Amino acid sequence: MLYISTKYQIIRKDFPFYLGKTAHGGLWVQIKNLPGHLPKESPSHVFLQEIMKWNGWGYSDSRFLFNKKGQAEFTGKRYIIIGMIIPGLKDWFECTFGASLQHKTPATPLLNSSAVQPPTLNEAFVEELKSTGIPFSQDAEDRVFRAHGHCLHEIFALREGKFGRVPDMVVWPNCHNDVVKIVELASKHNVCLIPYGGGTSVSSALECPPEETRSIVSLDTSQMNRILWVDEKNLTAHVEAGIVGQDLERLLNESGYCTGHEPDSMEFSSLGGWVATRASGMKKNIYGNIEDLVVHIKMVTPQGVIEKSCQGPRMSTGPDIHHFIMGSEGTLGVVTEVTMKIRPMPEYQKYGSVVFPNFEQGVACLREVARQRCAPASIRLMDNEQFKFGHALKPQVSSIFTSFLDGLKKFYITKFKGFDPNRLCVATLLFEGDREKVLQHEKQVYDIAAKFGGLAAGEDNGQRGYMLTFVIAYLRDLGMDYYVIGESFETSVPWDRVLDICRNVKARIVRECKERGVQFPPLSTCRVTQTYDAGACVYFYFAFNYRGLSDPVHVYEQVEHAAREEILANGGSLSHHHGVGKLRKEWMRETVSNVGMGMLKSVKDYVDPNNIFGNRNLL
Amino acid sequence: SLVQRDPMLKKRDDFEDILEERRNSSDLRYALRCYAPVVYKGLCPSKAGTLKSMVLQSDQLHYVIHQVCRETGRAVDDVQEEASSILEEMAHRLQLSTVRFFAFTLSKVFKTLFRSICVNEEGIQRLQQVIQEHPVVLLPSHRSYMDFLLMSYLLYTYDLALPVIAAGMDFMGMKFVGEMLRMSGAFFIRRSFGGDKLYWAVFSEYVKTMLKNGFAPVEFFLEGTRSRTSKSLTPKLGLLNIVMDPFFKGEVFDVSLVPVSISYERILEESLYARELLGVPKPKESTSGLIKARKVLSEDYGSIHVYFGQPVSVRSLAEGRVNRCQFNLIPRHIPKKPSEDIHSFVNDSAYRLVRAQEENMVLKPWVLLASLLLQNQVSGQKRGIALDELTEQAVWLRDLSRQYGAFLHWPEHTPPSEVVSSSLSLHRGLVRISEGRLLSQAVIILSCASYRNQALHVFLRPALLASAIHTEVFNSFSFLRNMFSNEFILCPGATVQDFEEACYLLVKTGALQVTQQEVLVTERGHRTLVFLTSMLDPFLQGYQVVCRFLCEEATEALTEKQFIPAVRKFIIKHLLAGRLRYTEVLSSDLQKNSLAALLRLGAVRKIKGYVGFDHPYVPGFKQQQSMTVILQLNEEKHPLETA
Repeated sequence: MLYISTKYQIIRKDFPFYLGKTAHGGLWVQIKNLPGHLPKESPSHVFLQEIMKWNGWGYSDSRFLFNKKGQAEFTGKRYIIIGMIIPGLKDWFECTFGASLQHKTPATPLLNSSAVQPPTLNEAFVEELKSTGIPFSQDAEDRVFRAHGHCLHEIFALREGKFGRVPDMVVWPNCHNDVVKIVELASKHNVCLIPYGGGTSVSSALECPPEETRSIVSLDTSQMNRILWVDEKNLTAHVEAGIVGQDLERLLNESGYCTGHEPDSMEFSSLGGWVATRASGMKKNIYGNIEDLVVHIKMVTPQGVIEKSCQGPRMSTGPDIHHFIMGSEGTLGVVTEVTMKIRPMPEYQKYGSVVFPNFEQGVACLREVARQRCAPASIRLMDNEQFKFGHALKPQVSSIFTSFLDGLKKFYITKFKGFDPNRLCVATLLFEGDREKVLQHEKQVYDIAAKFGGLAAGEDNGQRGYMLTFVIAYLRDLGMDYYVIGESFETSVPWDRVLDICRNVKARIVRECKERGVQFPPLSTCRVTQTYDAGACVYFYFAFNYRGLSDPVHVYEQVEHAAREEILANGGSLSHHHGVGKLRKEWMRETVSNVGMGMLKSVKDYVDPNNIFGNRNLL
Repeated sequence: SLVQRDPMLKKRDDFEDILEERRNSSDLRYALRCYAPVVYKGLCPSKAGTLKSMVLQSDQLHYVIHQVCRETGRAVDDVQEEASSILEEMAHRLQLSTVRFFAFTLSKVFKTLFRSICVNEEGIQRLQQVIQEHPVVLLPSHRSYMDFLLMSYLLYTYDLALPVIAAGMDFMGMKFVGEMLRMSGAFFIRRSFGGDKLYWAVFSEYVKTMLKNGFAPVEFFLEGTRSRTSKSLTPKLGLLNIVMDPFFKGEVFDVSLVPVSISYERILEESLYARELLGVPKPKESTSGLIKARKVLSEDYGSIHVYFGQPVSVRSLAEGRVNRCQFNLIPRHIPKKPSEDIHSFVNDSAYRLVRAQEENMVLKPWVLLASLLLQNQVSGQKRGIALDELTEQAVWLRDLSRQYGAFLHWPEHTPPSEVVSSSLSLHRGLVRISEGRLLSQAVIILSCASYRNQALHVFLRPALLASAIHTEVFNSFSFLRNMFSNEFILCPGATVQDFEEACYLLVKTGALQVTQQEVLVTERGHRTLVFLTSMLDPFLQGYQVVCRFLCEEATEALTEKQFIPAVRKFIIKHLLAGRLRYTEVLSSDLQKNSLAALLRLGAVRKIKGYVGFDHPYVPGFKQQQSMTVILQLNEEKHPLETA
């Protein structure tokens, strides 16, 4: 999916697509034909469910599998790694988890609509909605599709064909005014609305509260996906909030611009979702996080529309009302339109990587880079386990020469430089800007790295590191076919705590697994994914083989709960960018204090006194 | 919980005698053998020199140095210099060659002094496991100077990482020996350094650096000093706080605390301690003194039992008790006084650990004999007790103490009479002499009492109950327990548990019947109850006599220094006049503890500004009250026979 050229390059080779709809309100996917690099023979109309998995991550045609020879392969036509053999994955998989290709746990292949609860409808609401002409659906598949995010327990249940409370209907507004109408009707008829963007939540935010007795309507923003205007004088773009990341980037790219906001989920997550969760992008060092990127937000609430009167770049007008909206997680209203900063597309991009003798040195280097405020567009540090994981994902090398070179590199690092293969770790880098400056910047960063024992390890390793980010969710599905479940979670933490939190949380995961009867040692690994002046963002990956456990999801949740407790006890935050949702809300009060909770609560009480936006996230 | 409901079910490991091998193979080869212990997995390999620079360059020390500079106006270099010399004075210089020297000489010494040194090897295996997992803190009981040499000797024997040991500065007085100890892993701390921030910072950072980096297990004595009475002492919290701190602050995943119980059949310092308690000053540690003490080499000191207890994880202890988030808002290197909850957590943990030490102390038959002989001595039969009667009583007490969960080492296949006579012969120095001047008799009595004290923790809770039984049971129990909390190890806040444990034991052994309303003593329970109350009586009388003294004699404020001699004079007067039953109330330990208790209960008051005690008659209802209550305790049984 990611590939590299020395000059300006196309970053993604996916099918760009946008969603259309049928006259009945069912969803269609139109594959847009862009000149140049897209297959012309694509069908023009397919069901969304056919292009996206209903019980796993991403596109239906894209998945990992072990072929008859037991070698891992990636299917589909969308990503750069398609068709490549990944020889190391099987061994890594079996060794790391004690899993075996003989022991399979396949998912239920088809969605059984009869297992879905019949919808609870608010007839008056439905009647009035019909008169507006806004499309909607009560189809079981449509409802199930919007009843979940991508938490482990959600996907696990889907794979077993189990559905809990799902929305009673789905509605597709086409523009801001449609949303205003829907919210008015919902308020009038006391219907519960749950905004739905890209469905990539990992905080149980999309789960329907089981105790909700009202009719639940999923408000799908996917049709509001246009760029309404681009202002080249001020470098801003006004965009409907339903647009997904890759479409926004692609469309802006066509006019030579970008937002530079690239969260790992950007293939599927939406602008409105980013605003509602306070999202963060991989290249925030250049472009900023979502709160730095938005200039203006329009949100529809039960009390009416909230927005600012001008687009001044900064204001001193009391607390910034944008900060009530950002991170509100769909509890206050629906974000419909956003004015965002845009930038001219970078002329040059370059990946890179540095190998460090150990994680401690790597963290020290990242800290120094942050101190000197010279972080590249992205800098990430993987620990040893993750380095090995990345290594296992190395595609089969095409020539003896490359394999010879690899051997030589390995020899140089482990034997000549004396790095312990079980301790070394790797940082991946992405530089962006004009060529001259990138090369200068690159040198500066490599010089700092050298002070911490870091050795430049080439562009390929860097690129593969970033690829891992996009395929990791697909790999989870592969694991789930073979008794392996897992997930990632994140935090932010002051610099002086980074090493301690990484060690303690990883150790806590291992210990909790053991105590809860997990038969095999878990994969417990982490990486530092963002640097700030005063701290860093840390990601933990955790997976284990659940053979022999009667309730693996429960065990998983207990371990994740313990890991979060450990994070908080080590000075980490409740979340850096995933949000709170329902998964983490038990810790909200201690996170923001009683008064803080009261403040948020009083905003909710004023804006939405009847709890129309009743997803019960956050508070 | 560390305390199991039924003490009978307590499972303990078996012992191996390590001297057996020493008697059969070359000490020299043993001292020179290959020594390659397993180490902590997180160990950062570095030299002893780097340890010092790590400490001196630590953020914490930097902070405190600058703080001191700001407060005193001294130059940074100057304070830094001082920090560095404090560290120089403190730091250990562990050297394998010195350890080998000790391994050789101690083998010789131990073989002469002791019949056997028994160690629970399962405990050693657990320790070996845990050393690799987490930083380890060894917490041995402290009854003898021998303790820490013995510990290092054992760890060397079992090829385990040698500990660094917190030792009192007084050892430093013994020039050559002090340096030898330093080279065998001891580091030296001043006995008191009250408000000296810099000293505290160097000291705590030094200990933490060793612990966090896994250089070596840290060893110190929870009791702070050697117990002269063989009772466990109220634990000191300073060092325990320091070793727990890296866990609270997330600098290590966990810390393992390993309580170690060292029981001596005969304590080397036996009569030294008794003399000290009676006011004969303790000889200053000196090398020449040590050489003079070599006459002990000709004596038989029986056997030693060393029990390495179950490692206790600080993480598990702290679960649900300590909110580690409290360290989130201030940089961790800035020293902060422990918060209320941390303090009480450390305190509770310290008590639990000392209790764990107590429970794994091996009791020899002599301990039971000493208890019986002391009680017998008081009940007026000054001429002694017939051997077969003593044996009968000993067998009875053996069974009772087993039911109470005592870790008793009573030879299984030897006739009881033989067990008794061989115990007596080992301690013939104590049991033969029955006449003489009061003081020399008191030395013997106090020595015997220190053996009896080894069994106190087994009988303590039932004894408190037995002493409380004739009044409002729970209230009296609770009052006695509270009063004696400076005297015995009674975990803070565990009154109800202790009461229940005591009831459980007495009911289980048929001494009591508990109905809804009342507690009844059974026919056959009488003997047990008499024994139990007699265990506690000397202490009770000690507290009463101190109260009496304060009421009658101390008409003006006393300084701390004056107190002990004055109360001793008062007691001797009453003893000579035959008005006191128990010679052991002469123990200064008892007197100090009772004063501390009275202070705590508000019966006496410390006057601010200078060290001294207020007159007990200072108006105050509460003060009068607790004093009166103590004086009336068990009055009906044996009132203090005042003139």
